Amino acid sequence: MPDRPTLRRMYELMTTIKQCDERFRSMIAAGEIGFLHFPVRGQEVVAAALGVTLRHDDYLVTNYRGMHDSIAKGVSLGELWAEYLGKATGTCKGKGGPMHITDRKSGVMVTTGVVGSGTVIANGLAYASQLRQDGRVTAVTFGDGATSIGAFHEALNLAKTWNLPVVFLCQNNLYAEKTAYSKFQTTPTIGERASAYGLPGVTVDGNDALAIHDALQTAVEHARSGRGPYLVEAMTYRFFGHYFGDPMTYQSATEREAAIAADPVPRYRQWLIQLGHATEGELVAMDDAAKLLIDDAVEFALNSPDPDLAELDLDVYAAEVAA
Amino acid sequence: MTTRPMTFVQASAAALEEALAIDPTVVMFGEDMADDTGGGVFGVSAGLSTKYGDRVRSTPISEQAIMGAAVGAAVAGLRPVVEIMLMNFMGIAMDQFVNHASKLRFMSGGQTPVPLTVRTATGAGFQQAAQHSDMLEAWFGHVAGCKVVTASNPADAKGLLLSCIFDDDPCIFIENTLLYFGPGAVPGEAPPPGHRVPLGKANVVREGSDVTVVSYGRQVIDAITVVDRLAEEGLSVELIDLRTIMPFDERTVLESVAKTKRAVVVHEAVKRCGVGAEVSSRIHEELFGELAKPVLRVGARTSPVPYSAVLEQAYLPQAPQIEAAIRAVTA
Repeated sequence: MPDRPTLRRMYELMTTIKQCDERFRSMIAAGEIGFLHFPVRGQEVVAAALGVTLRHDDYLVTNYRGMHDSIAKGVSLGELWAEYLGKATGTCKGKGGPMHITDRKSGVMVTTGVVGSGTVIANGLAYASQLRQDGRVTAVTFGDGATSIGAFHEALNLAKTWNLPVVFLCQNNLYAEKTAYSKFQTTPTIGERASAYGLPGVTVDGNDALAIHDALQTAVEHARSGRGPYLVEAMTYRFFGHYFGDPMTYQSATEREAAIAADPVPRYRQWLIQLGHATEGELVAMDDAAKLLIDDAVEFALNSPDPDLAELDLDVYAAEVAA
Repeated sequence: MTTRPMTFVQASAAALEEALAIDPTVVMFGEDMADDTGGGVFGVSAGLSTKYGDRVRSTPISEQAIMGAAVGAAVAGLRPVVEIMLMNFMGIAMDQFVNHASKLRFMSGGQTPVPLTVRTATGAGFQQAAQHSDMLEAWFGHVAGCKVVTASNPADAKGLLLSCIFDDDPCIFIENTLLYFGPGAVPGEAPPPGHRVPLGKANVVREGSDVTVVSYGRQVIDAITVVDRLAEEGLSVELIDLRTIMPFDERTVLESVAKTKRAVVVHEAVKRCGVGAEVSSRIHEELFGELAKPVLRVGARTSPVPYSAVLEQAYLPQAPQIEAAIRAVTA
C-alpha cells in the first residue's frame, strides 16, 4: 500500500488529467481551439500510478494518446497546452504537436505517432542506462493495438536478450482504433505474451489504483535492480473513442455506459474519503488547484505567439543545410 | 606521408576502432557484429567486441529493434553505429529511420538530436539479385533530417565514416559490396591517423573545362577510367565525387557546370527518380540559360536487380554508357 502522500498525489494527477481532457474537449467543441485530440478520459488511473512510481530522472516513451502520461511524468501544463496549440512556447516550440511531445527536463524523451514504435526506442534508452549504470528505468506506454505490430515483438525479444531496464506498459483500452480486442487478438491477455519472450508479464485492473500501482512498482523495481524487462498490461477503457468526434459506432452503448458508470476517478476519490486518506474538503481543494493550473495553462497557451517562420529551417539538421 | 595500402574493409574497421577509442559514447550493434558471432558478416567489426566489451554487441535478426535501439540510445546521448547488413533491409527499419531518427530533432524543437550512423552494404555486380543489391540512396535523399554518404576510395571511406559517426545528425554510410568484398576491391592509400573527410563537401577528382561529370561511390572509379581515356583525346572532363550524396554540395556542382556548361550525372541506382534527377534538376534551375546542352543522366534500367550475370551486367550502368553520355553532351 502506497503511503498517504503518494495516494493523494495520485489523485492530484488524476483530477488534473481528467480536467485537462475535459477542457480540451469543451474548447474544441466550442470552436475555440482546433486539433485532432486523442482523449484519455477513462485512462487517468494507470497514468497517475505510473507517475508516482517512476523517478523524475527515469525515461518515458509514450504515444499519440499520451497526454495523461506526459502530465503524470511532470510536463508543465503551460508548455503542454502551448504545444497542443502549436505555439512557440510549447515543449517543442510548436513543431511537434500533441502526437510528438518531448520534454527532456521531465524525462518525456519521445512521443510517437506511430502505433507500437516506442517499444523499440525504449530499448535504446534503457541500453544507455545499462551502459552508464545510472540506475534509470525506461517506461514505454502503448495501447492494445500496438501489440499486433512487429516492433512490439522485436522489442520484447531484444529487451530480454540484453536484459534491459525497461518496463513495457500496455494500456489495454479494448480498442485498436475502431477494432475490438477480441477481433484481432487470439490470446485472452497481452500480459501472458511476455512468456513467449521469457520475461515476466502481468495483467491487472488498470482502473484500480492500488492494483496497478502495486504492479508497476514491482515492474519498476525489477527493472531497476538489474533483473531485466517487465510487461504490465493495465486493463482500462477510453470513454470518448479513438479521437474526439469519433462516432463510436463500433462499440455498444451499454458497454460504454457501464464503463462510464464505473468511472475510476470518482471511484478512487470516494475510496480516499472512505479510508480516511483525504477529506472531501481536501479533495475539493485539489480539484480547484488543478482547475487553476489549467486556467493558467490555457491563458498562457492562448496568449503565446506562433512560431517564427524561420523555425521551418531550424532543427532539421544540426547546422542549417540548403533547403 | 604514408603509402601503406588499405582496403575498404580495413578503412571502415579503422574508422570504427578509432571512434570507439576516442569517444566512450560510441557504441555499435547489429547482426553478428560481436566476435563470438563472427565479428560481422563481412568481418568489418572483427576484434572490436573483444576489445570494447559491452559497447559492441550482436543483435537478433531484428532490424526494427536495431534501428529503434539506435534511436533511443542516440536520444539518450550516445553515438550508436549500427549495421544493417544490406541496404534492402532498411525497408524493415524504415519507420524507425524515417519517422523517428530523421525527424526527432525537429519534432522535439531541437531537444533530441539523433546522432546515429547506419552502416549498410549494397551494390549490384555480385549476382545477389533483387533483394540484396539495390542502391536506395534516393529513398533517404527525399527525407529531411538525414544524410547519405558513400566513398569511392578507402581513405575517403575512413574519413567519411568517422565524420558520420561524429556528426550530430543521422547518417547512412553505404559500403559498396563490390568495393568492399569483390574483385574490384583494390586497396588504396591509407590515410594518416585522425583523417576526416567533411560531410557535405564534394571532391573534385579531375579538373576539366569541357564537361562536368557528377558521380559517387563505385561509379567514380568507372568514370575515372573514362575521363582519363578521353583526356588523351583532348577532352577535358571535370569529375566530381559527391561523397555526401544528400544533402549534396550544390555549390561545387554549380560552380563547375557554370564553367563547363555541360553535365552528366552518373550513379548505379535506377535512373528513374534517382539522385541524378535531383542533381540535374538543380543544375537546370540555376543554370538553364547557360547550358550548352541539357544535363544527361546515367543510371540503371528501371528493373529489379537481375540474377543472371548477363542480365546484371546489362542492368548496371558502366563505362561505355558513361562515355556515350559524355560524348552526347559534348557533341
